[in-house]
Amino acid sequence: MNDLTRLSGSEIAREVGSKRVSACEIVEATLGRIDAVDDRLGCYLTRLHESARAVAQRVDQRIAAGESLPLAGVPLAIKDNMCLTGTRTTAGSKILEHWIAPYTATAVQRVIDAGAIPVGKANLDEFAMGSSCENSALGVTRNPYDPKRVPGGSSGGSAAAVGANLAAIGLGSDTGGSIREPAAFCNVVGFKPTYGRVSRYGLIAFASSLDQIGPLARTVADTALVYDVMAGHDPYDSTSIDRPVEKTAKALRADLKGVRIGIVQEFVTEKLGAEIDALYKRAYSELEGLGAELVPVSLPSADFGVATYYLIAPAECSSNLARFDGVRYGLRVDGADVGEMYEKTRAAGFGPEVKRRILIGTYALSSGYYDAYYVKAQKARTKFAQDFARAFERCDLIAAPSASSPAFEFNAKSDPYSMYMMDYYTIPMSLAGLPALSIPCGYAGSPALPMGLQLAAPLFEEAKLLGAAHAYEQATQYATKVPVAV
Amino acid sequence: MTAQTTYEAVIGIECHVELKTRSKMFCGCANEFGGEPNTKVCPVCLALPGALPVANKEAIEHMVLAGLAFGATIPEFSKFDRKNYFYPDMPKNYQISQYDMPLTLGGKVRYWTEDGTLKECRLTRIHLEEDTGKSIHAGGGDGRIAGSAYSLIDFNRAGVPLMECVSEPELRSAQEAVGYLEALKRTFVQLGISDVKMEEGSLRCDANVSIRPAGSHELGTKTEIKNMNSFRSVLRAIESEIERQVEILESGGRIVQETRGWDETQGVTHSMRSKEEAHDYRYFPDPDLVPLEIDRRLLDRLKASITELPPERFERYHRRYGLEAKQATQLIDNLPLAQYFDAVAEAGCAPQLVSNFVLGDLSRLANETGTAVASSAVTPAHLAELIGLVESQTINSKIAKELVERMWQGHGSPKAIVEREGLAQTSDAAAIERFVDEVLAQNEKAVADYRAGKTNILGFLTGQVMKASRGRANPSVVNELLKKRLS
Amino acid sequence: MIDIKYVAKLARLALSDEEIELYGKQLGDLLAHVNELAKLDTQDVPATAQVVESRNVERPDEITPCLDRETALSQAPQREGAFFRVPRIIAEP
Ligand SMILES: [Mg+2]
Ligand SMILES: [Zn+2]
Repeated sequence: MNDLTRLSGSEIAREVGSKRVSACEIVEATLGRIDAVDDRLGCYLTRLHESARAVAQRVDQRIAAGESLPLAGVPLAIKDNMCLTGTRTTAGSKILEHWIAPYTATAVQRVIDAGAIPVGKANLDEFAMGSSCENSALGVTRNPYDPKRVPGGSSGGSAAAVGANLAAIGLGSDTGGSIREPAAFCNVVGFKPTYGRVSRYGLIAFASSLDQIGPLARTVADTALVYDVMAGHDPYDSTSIDRPVEKTAKALRADLKGVRIGIVQEFVTEKLGAEIDALYKRAYSELEGLGAELVPVSLPSADFGVATYYLIAPAECSSNLARFDGVRYGLRVDGADVGEMYEKTRAAGFGPEVKRRILIGTYALSSGYYDAYYVKAQKARTKFAQDFARAFERCDLIAAPSASSPAFEFNAKSDPYSMYMMDYYTIPMSLAGLPALSIPCGYAGSPALPMGLQLAAPLFEEAKLLGAAHAYEQATQYATKVPVAV
Repeated sequence: MTAQTTYEAVIGIECHVELKTRSKMFCGCANEFGGEPNTKVCPVCLALPGALPVANKEAIEHMVLAGLAFGATIPEFSKFDRKNYFYPDMPKNYQISQYDMPLTLGGKVRYWTEDGTLKECRLTRIHLEEDTGKSIHAGGGDGRIAGSAYSLIDFNRAGVPLMECVSEPELRSAQEAVGYLEALKRTFVQLGISDVKMEEGSLRCDANVSIRPAGSHELGTKTEIKNMNSFRSVLRAIESEIERQVEILESGGRIVQETRGWDETQGVTHSMRSKEEAHDYRYFPDPDLVPLEIDRRLLDRLKASITELPPERFERYHRRYGLEAKQATQLIDNLPLAQYFDAVAEAGCAPQLVSNFVLGDLSRLANETGTAVASSAVTPAHLAELIGLVESQTINSKIAKELVERMWQGHGSPKAIVEREGLAQTSDAAAIERFVDEVLAQNEKAVADYRAGKTNILGFLTGQVMKASRGRANPSVVNELLKKRLS
Repeated sequence: MIDIKYVAKLARLALSDEEIELYGKQLGDLLAHVNELAKLDTQDVPATAQVVESRNVERPDEITPCLDRETALSQAPQREGAFFRVPRIIAEP
């Protein structure tokens, strides 16, 4: 085998499982590539060379002992807002820069138990708040297709690592588009399952009612493999759903015959410019070419998504981030009394975007504004659920852009709101808790930058969703048409 | 000088009671008092990044039980909310509590005062929340916050299930407030949902106190009293606060709405520094927890598990059995003893007699020997037997006292003892006549006096005959015989 | 207009005058967009706290292992013996 880092997760699991290649060899290859290129890309905040080698040996032993592991020896990038015992877990924030997690997130544990090998903790926007990774307080991550550009965010480190073969699979978290947008920017598949499908225990909370862990991978098959391992109820997360999980890896299909795909009328791609408009129109017709029936559907509330999201998410984050107070762990800046210590610690520990969201969220919950803002947003949220319910009466899946543009250059979005608008197409699905993914659908601009097609399904229809995505991927193979620049 | 107005106090009680469960409210750490600092903590109750709460089923059922015991409404739906404020012994810097949908609404607490009058005070609500850790204020300030240089925190209590009981302002005196609290305590202890140990901080209460001219209907300005850590201090604190408010009004002053701390040693309340910024708790539904739905089956199961509650018991003992309030209360506050009492009373004995034996000789022996009455050698059946012997005048009270001692030592059935040792009272004239002759022979002077008209000497002679019979002769028979012989 | 100072106090964030200035403006702009929500008709629409309906997810009342004390205290910015140490507390909550 020439370059082991190019193998997909499924291929690696097969090779290692059949002892043709050892997990140790796979990991060495990946660690080698990390050493070679990650100083330039900056995907990882923490590299796990030592533990990765140890874990790889254990995987080889388990294989030798006759165990069959669905992710045997598959190098894994973990977004650094997920706890892994004994490793630094920073959430990309100064306030947790030196915090060592004393426990492991459920989702991470399940993937490791399945044979995956964590090779690094990946960069992210601080506390997963952002769409470019520029809000990380601890490092810059570059887009493997053009280092002058951002990898997207907040799961930018995981997306770039998988796109640049610094890991076969990655774990990200998606609150308003944080898996799908970077996946699109880095030419990989990024999947946000139904809210509650994957345990949040050990995921450093941003917005509890929206956060969801999901896989990033170079193929839909790998995505399904990782999802199947992670999904399912966790007694440590009250919001993780206790209902059977259909194995999506068995639902992958070759065509879209009989599948009705809704095109959202309010998502007018003409606004995105001729080139991108054409790209998405082509994507839709490719779906049609696979046998799908395209049906126009409507999301009347679509334009209110960003406003709704930027009340609910900050409100929850303002409370979730209160625990970072310099008392039990993390950064402390001393003060004359405990109140002053809190204020100085949090002022020094949080970056501007986190402060903005804590402030807006605190405001939205404060007395006199609660009903006008927080409650209003929760009612708006109901409207999104209703919109989608109506739309799905007429279709099985919905197709839409994953982002309004390809990866942009650093510092291109100076005012917060223009950055927030990057999530215009992904937020509605998040508000409704729907499973949604982004899959490579071509390139725009020069140099050619990857674009993503977003597919969404009704609650719990992950199998249907991944099945269709696989058909599109097999027919188009966009991900492999342009190699990464780095 | 104007005649002094008489005032009426208006008191509402807010108390926090730690629930008795094995584990904490939202994690599996042990819910136990004491222990080495920071040894009962985990990612959840230390609020480590990424940790999530999962509600303790038992604690929720305890709440429903409490609600049912007070006849509260148990809404079908309930939820948890976050109460946001920063304090170093609260790890998340928000408390998981209940805001607008508590587990129980309304209901009333029936309590009684020393004179035995039954009263009631309506409850506003009881809601479920989590306790905080404990801070030790060090470096001066003799353990108080004021003047301390820094604080040390132990999170062992952080996350312990806590119920907050809020009463309507319907209590009218410090005595009523204490009666109310005692009723809460009795109920929780009987339901087994809390130990209610104020000294361990498992019951903490604040009182809202205001006064108004007797008969008036609008409320005066209230103050909130904190730091009362025993029922006695609740009594003293409220009394002294009422006094203070009366003095202010009498001297033409105005009451300031504020929080006041009770100073046990000086016996006064003092104004507590109010927080610099206003409370703005930003309550909102906790997105980490799902709503609670209390279904009929659970309600029925819990209802069925509730036995006779303290106020009902009190009514039975005091009103129906005619026991004094003090006796009734003594029995109720010692449930096993009350159950022992019931067993004997149900055997058909006069409750007053039973209570005299149980709270008298038996309790005394229990104290002396350290064995509880209920687990002593004196079974309810034996005590019933003994009381039967007294009621049928087979033995008199003096003999009965001796018998209790013997039974306690394990000599078994009182009937058996009486028969074995011929302790039964006798009315057999022939037998008694012998004693009469004896006594008359030995007391010629008394006999002469009697015949001379000093008839009141008869009592003395009767006593002598009783003595001679070792207390077994039937006094009335003795009396008749004496008269007959002396006439 | 947002009273940034009051909100920052609630959120326990010390802000410089420049930050108060900057965030005041940025949050003002964001609110202008957010206020568009008023146009969305939510008459008799129930509020959604959780999108996926779920009830009574509870744990049995059982004790599970705690962190050992060293692990619990090891990352404390300041400790004293077995306690977490914090600066002077001014007043009770
Ligand atoms: Mg409370
Ligand atoms: Zn715990």
